Amino acid sequence: MDLLIKNGFVYDPINGINGERMDIAIRNNKIVESVIEKNSKIIDATGLTVFPGGVDIHTHIAGSEVNTGRLVRPEDHEKDFVRKTSVTRSGVGYSIPSTFTTGYRYSLMGYTTVMNPSMAALEAKHTHEELNDIPMLDKATYPLLGDWWLVLETIQKGDLEECARYVAWMLEITKGYAIKIVNPGGLESWGFGRNVHSIDDQIPNFGITPRDIMCGLAKVNKMLNLPHTIHLHTNNLGVPGNYETTLDTMKCLESIPSNGKPVVHITHLQFSSFAGEDWGSFRSGAAEIAGYINNHDHVSCDMGQIIFTDTTTMTADGPFEYTLYQLSGHKWVNSDVETETSGGIIPFHYKRKNPVNAIQWSIGLELALLIKNPWKVFMTTDHPNAGPFTAYPKILAWLASKKARMATFKRLHKKAQKKSILPSIDRELSLYDIAIVTRAGQAKALNLKEKGHLGVGADADVAIFDLNPEKVDIANKFRTFRRAFTNTAYTIKGGKILAKDGEILQQAEGKTIWLDMQTKKEIEISEEIKKKFREYWTVEYENYPVSEHYIKNSSPIKIKADV
Amino acid sequence: MIILTPIKKTQYPIIAQCISPDVFQEKTLEQINNLPIWIGNKRRILSDLFKIEKTTENSPSIIINGDVSQVRRIGWGMTQGEIVVNGNAGMHLGKKMSGGKIVVNGNAEGWAGSEMKGGLLEIKGDAGDYLGSPYRGSTIGMRKGKIVVHGNVGSDAAVHMKSGLIKIHGNSGPFMGFRMTGGVIHIQKDAGTRLGACMTGGKIVVSGVLEDMLPTFAIEFIKGKVKIELGDKAIGPFFVFLGDLAENGRGKLFISKEKNPQLSQYERFL
Repeated sequence: MDLLIKNGFVYDPINGINGERMDIAIRNNKIVESVIEKNSKIIDATGLTVFPGGVDIHTHIAGSEVNTGRLVRPEDHEKDFVRKTSVTRSGVGYSIPSTFTTGYRYSLMGYTTVMNPSMAALEAKHTHEELNDIPMLDKATYPLLGDWWLVLETIQKGDLEECARYVAWMLEITKGYAIKIVNPGGLESWGFGRNVHSIDDQIPNFGITPRDIMCGLAKVNKMLNLPHTIHLHTNNLGVPGNYETTLDTMKCLESIPSNGKPVVHITHLQFSSFAGEDWGSFRSGAAEIAGYINNHDHVSCDMGQIIFTDTTTMTADGPFEYTLYQLSGHKWVNSDVETETSGGIIPFHYKRKNPVNAIQWSIGLELALLIKNPWKVFMTTDHPNAGPFTAYPKILAWLASKKARMATFKRLHKKAQKKSILPSIDRELSLYDIAIVTRAGQAKALNLKEKGHLGVGADADVAIFDLNPEKVDIANKFRTFRRAFTNTAYTIKGGKILAKDGEILQQAEGKTIWLDMQTKKEIEISEEIKKKFREYWTVEYENYPVSEHYIKNSSPIKIKADV
Repeated sequence: MIILTPIKKTQYPIIAQCISPDVFQEKTLEQINNLPIWIGNKRRILSDLFKIEKTTENSPSIIINGDVSQVRRIGWGMTQGEIVVNGNAGMHLGKKMSGGKIVVNGNAEGWAGSEMKGGLLEIKGDAGDYLGSPYRGSTIGMRKGKIVVHGNVGSDAAVHMKSGLIKIHGNSGPFMGFRMTGGVIHIQKDAGTRLGACMTGGKIVVSGVLEDMLPTFAIEFIKGKVKIELGDKAIGPFFVFLGDLAENGRGKLFISKEKNPQLSQYERFL
């Protein structure tokens, strides 16, 4: 049946609609111009806010590292468990929810599309099996390619075309969506117990530098016409004084031709914006980073906002996780994934009364508020690294209301309060800006044409919130705003009403989006490479690819490459 | 005072964290009758399981007459009052309690006094595994309060213990005080293997025989007596070991010299 959402306040930044009272018509799973009213199911959205379905550009929800995280943290599940209902399945939270719970909780907040940002290619099958099990959401995943030997070898040779072909092959066989680079060079060095400390450090055995890898893969990204930019986790992440490395990184990518579009997405920027010489003199480098991004168009980023809670950090950045282990002394996991990447997991409790954590909290918000253009900076927590995604409404309240920010600010460690520039920032995001940082901007950065907006032809993903923008001033009544964004009035995905007033009405399967790469020349994997597989991988070449039948709801996007 | 008498047995575990003086306080008998509990995966009310009577006396707040070894989470998070169990008590007895007193005239199952923050837990019989320890994986150990066990204790007691006191009149199982960072444990009889593994602070006193000594502990000196709490001293002499050195720990083990002649070889390092 057709669906008509009547008379809501619509926020659709991609189409420039800012709070107009409009009707949204849905036929099958697409948004259409109009439907016949008497034949449709009508949702009365009078006095409600209508947003496109949420898009999350960076959230670790599936894969080997997430699953290992679940194994490591039984105490995390003990404090948060969900019973089954007639519609939903049982599950556990809190920082690393089980697959079904992940889907339900995202859906209750109005999210419909999420991106799983780090998948070791060797673990691609596992990742896709888990993605298959996450209901309610459309998903995609980025393979980790920054430290893959074939990339390093071809960049060392200077043959970017060959590199591009390997990357295209890898994206297709792992059913990935974008090139993820984590601590380029650092992970390869970590295999030898070392790390890189600037973008010009040499990588052992390859003789190239992180700069070569980032520039090389950014060019490859252009050659392949990939929808997203390179998705970068910078070098020196989580080290005081690393904002200089981040600035160097952004400067080194200036030379890539961009036509005013971004060429790099720097993810969880908060962790890359630390100033100071050590943890004692730790302070925020957000002003410098934001200043640079305000003056340049080739960078987009997301926040990686800290939430004061007990969470689990997990990243492919093995050396960083080792540093965290030394700081916290908590139980930990660290691994080296053959020729591709590394990984680490460690539980971490961010505390208000810890000056470093408190400053980190401030950095994330400073970045989001000081970067003037909301299309360049998106809201994430790098779930679950800086906090679970269920805390998004809290962050939105901090962004939209100075009052909310200051209420939390007053409870921070005194030293952090003195160092922070947050009280001097008066900017408050409007609902229109919120729609950009949570949906439109992310969909645009990912180049997902049918997501993040409500124009004709878009996927019928809609989130309706119980908030009357004419009556509620979100900057003042931030608690009302936060409550409204915690549970939607309606979550509609693919034309189906999935959730209503904080309750799941039905369970729906989501698509897995991946890139079907069409290169000019057929990609040939030489006998030499196959031999390498036999020598260096634990998985044979023949068993390596994820074939399409692995994916429950496959949704390939055809990409014509220039190589 | 509320008197609870179990009226039936079930084959499923029962979760009844409502049995606590804080919850019963200022409730009428009818309200108490209707407090929710879980029997297996079914939601039931308290009066399905217990005969509940109310008397005018004030202390103790709750008496349970009968075996409640299936009933978990008695005294969950209690802050005041007193519970007396005349029988055996189930798992998670007095979990997260921060005040008041629980007396068990029988045995207690696993995780008694888990994540305890204050108050007194006295078990006249034996205690199960994980006495005063957090849930698996958690690092929130016992933070304050006192546990007295008149019988024996199972394995993994006082894991991650931070402060407080545990007195055991009987024997203890393996992995006592694993990763403890503070607090005092006194075992009046024998202690199991891996005592104080990975400990970084606090002290464990063994007045009986120690099954074996971890190699990551080093002997410091011999001491005549050691203070357990105000007005309670354990009389030695004791070998004093420092460790766990694998964790750069400064925890102390006091092991009775008289009962442990096998440790006399350590004396040459003094």
